[in-house]
Amino acid sequence: MAKKMLEVKQLTTKYITRQGEDVYSVDHVSLDIEEGKSLGIAGESGCGKSTLALSLMGYYFAPLHYVSGEIIIDGHNITGLDPDVVRKTVLGSEVAYIPQAAMNALNPTRKVGKFIEDVMKAHEIKMSKKEVREMAEERFALLGLPADALDKHSVELSGGMRQRVVIAVSTILNPKVLIADEPSSALDVTSQKMVIKMLKNMMEIGLVKSMIFITHELPLLYNVTDDIMVMYAGQIVERGTAHEMVFDPVHPYSRGLMRSILVPEEGTRDVKLTAIPGTPPNLKHPPQGCRFAERCRYATANCRYQAMPIVEFGEGRTYRCNMSVEDLKEVYAREDNE
Amino acid sequence: MKTTNETNTPVVDERQSVSFGNRDKDFSKEPLCLSGRGVTRVFHTGKITTVAVDHVDFDFHKGELISIVGESGSGKTTLSKMLLGLLEPTEGEIQFRGKPRDISTGAKKREYWKGIQAIFQDPFSSYNVFHKIDAVLDDCINMRGGKNLSKEEKFNMKVEACSFVNLKYAELTNKYPFELSGGQMQRLMIARIFLLKPEILLADEPTSMIDACSRATILDMLLKLRDETGMTVIFITHDIGLAYYISDAVYIMEHGKFVECGKPDKVMLTPEAPYTKRLISDVPKIHEPWDLSTVDMLGNEKKPEEKKEA
Repeated sequence: MAKKMLEVKQLTTKYITRQGEDVYSVDHVSLDIEEGKSLGIAGESGCGKSTLALSLMGYYFAPLHYVSGEIIIDGHNITGLDPDVVRKTVLGSEVAYIPQAAMNALNPTRKVGKFIEDVMKAHEIKMSKKEVREMAEERFALLGLPADALDKHSVELSGGMRQRVVIAVSTILNPKVLIADEPSSALDVTSQKMVIKMLKNMMEIGLVKSMIFITHELPLLYNVTDDIMVMYAGQIVERGTAHEMVFDPVHPYSRGLMRSILVPEEGTRDVKLTAIPGTPPNLKHPPQGCRFAERCRYATANCRYQAMPIVEFGEGRTYRCNMSVEDLKEVYAREDNE
Repeated sequence: MKTTNETNTPVVDERQSVSFGNRDKDFSKEPLCLSGRGVTRVFHTGKITTVAVDHVDFDFHKGELISIVGESGSGKTTLSKMLLGLLEPTEGEIQFRGKPRDISTGAKKREYWKGIQAIFQDPFSSYNVFHKIDAVLDDCINMRGGKNLSKEEKFNMKVEACSFVNLKYAELTNKYPFELSGGQMQRLMIARIFLLKPEILLADEPTSMIDACSRATILDMLLKLRDETGMTVIFITHDIGLAYYISDAVYIMEHGKFVECGKPDKVMLTPEAPYTKRLISDVPKIHEPWDLSTVDMLGNEKKPEEKKEA
């Protein structure tokens, strides 16, 4: 078995609102990623995908607070470390994070090359300016970015180019885990493809040992990651390989998501697009039982009171529902025939 | 709380699905609603001249759902502003109901806007933050000549409009739009359109800021609205998968020009223009492999001249 790059055990984090209420937006999440693998996280807005990404860095700032659980990166437990230590020794070298609007992270008053020097300084890496420059040039060449971008200000670069430059800079310390939170959703399709190509390339040549990719665009996840995990209301509801999750989802929520896929392919026009009615629950007062029960077509009165455990079935697949896999599949098959 | 004895009894069963009524209808025989010949818009910034929309011709028929697809910077938004009458074309003519459009005075403009309404990309900035939802909906009723209706009649109209988009008016009354989620705001926008019943609805990327799941709900409502009121819907988007799914006619726009137009099946499955081919190949798919080798990392900067040669 390959080495586990990231192991998260029962991680719980919460937001504290100004009124002093606790909102548990990551609730007992456990996951692991092996070396060289990527994991996609899907779900609606407000399901806790981005909070999970922030929580995984081990660096918490108000209103986000750590509650319980462990994050182990390559055998090194980073929970409970001092925020300053995390910032200097974990961020960048162990975990790197690319937010959605990463392109705005560049300093508009500095040239990209100077910005990289600043990054090195912030991580207390002793390198001369010349060495940094050489390293940056080498890295840019490796990733197919033009070297003259180093001598430009961020405004001189196009949106897609800026995004790729930020990705290149944030992975310059060869992180073990890269967390990409919707890295391409603000870009047009061609730039998106370039970003994805670059990320895949980084995984292949081993600059990044493992990757978490967050998006609600399922066709994109399917093409990028090995595994897909679906989140709902702060919890994991299902996990499986990308192929299994897209073509054979088990949880009613995953199935709802997969049915909202729109791709320009023959046949999609004839398939009815189905929406999941309602909205995710307010996590200030999470439902007592299954969190999806309110919106689930198959929910029974029991579902609303009984807390749902996560159940393992098959190889590495898990789901959170009290109906058995066989029953669910039977219901789905009946529905498809209608 | 009601008790359910049987397992698998759906407690909530309000699954919505897209109606397929007008799926393959031929709209070319329907009367023309909005058409344009040689519509052009040029912007001047200092010495730089940008032709944002370059001599485009279009015919939008009554009840048709048209998608205009293009990447950022292709001129989609400029075209939509001209259709809405917010920008004057530099050249060319736009015809409304078969006659040249006249929006030279404020009163004529207001009259025109009774016939064409829009939903914009960002629901968060589409509302007046000082107006409650009731006021938003009341405005629509008043604009349709319902000023003298009784309170009760107005109330019923608002309830009907909200239930059309699966919102509960009782939960919305006395609230401000910013208290809703993005998807709900966009649905409220559709409730407005339902009250206004314009002939043409222009939807400028209405789903790009909401997630894939609520997107299906919004699309469903737009289709329902079209089917019930016979409205013409102009859908502006960069999402080619969405355009393929929803529309009766697709216009592909590149650098201010329509490079290809026609029935979605024809345009998407057998594209002719190189630009359409590229757009389709750049979208990730699930049944076909996604070929990443077609993009060149260094060829990022868009060069219109080169593309024209290709």
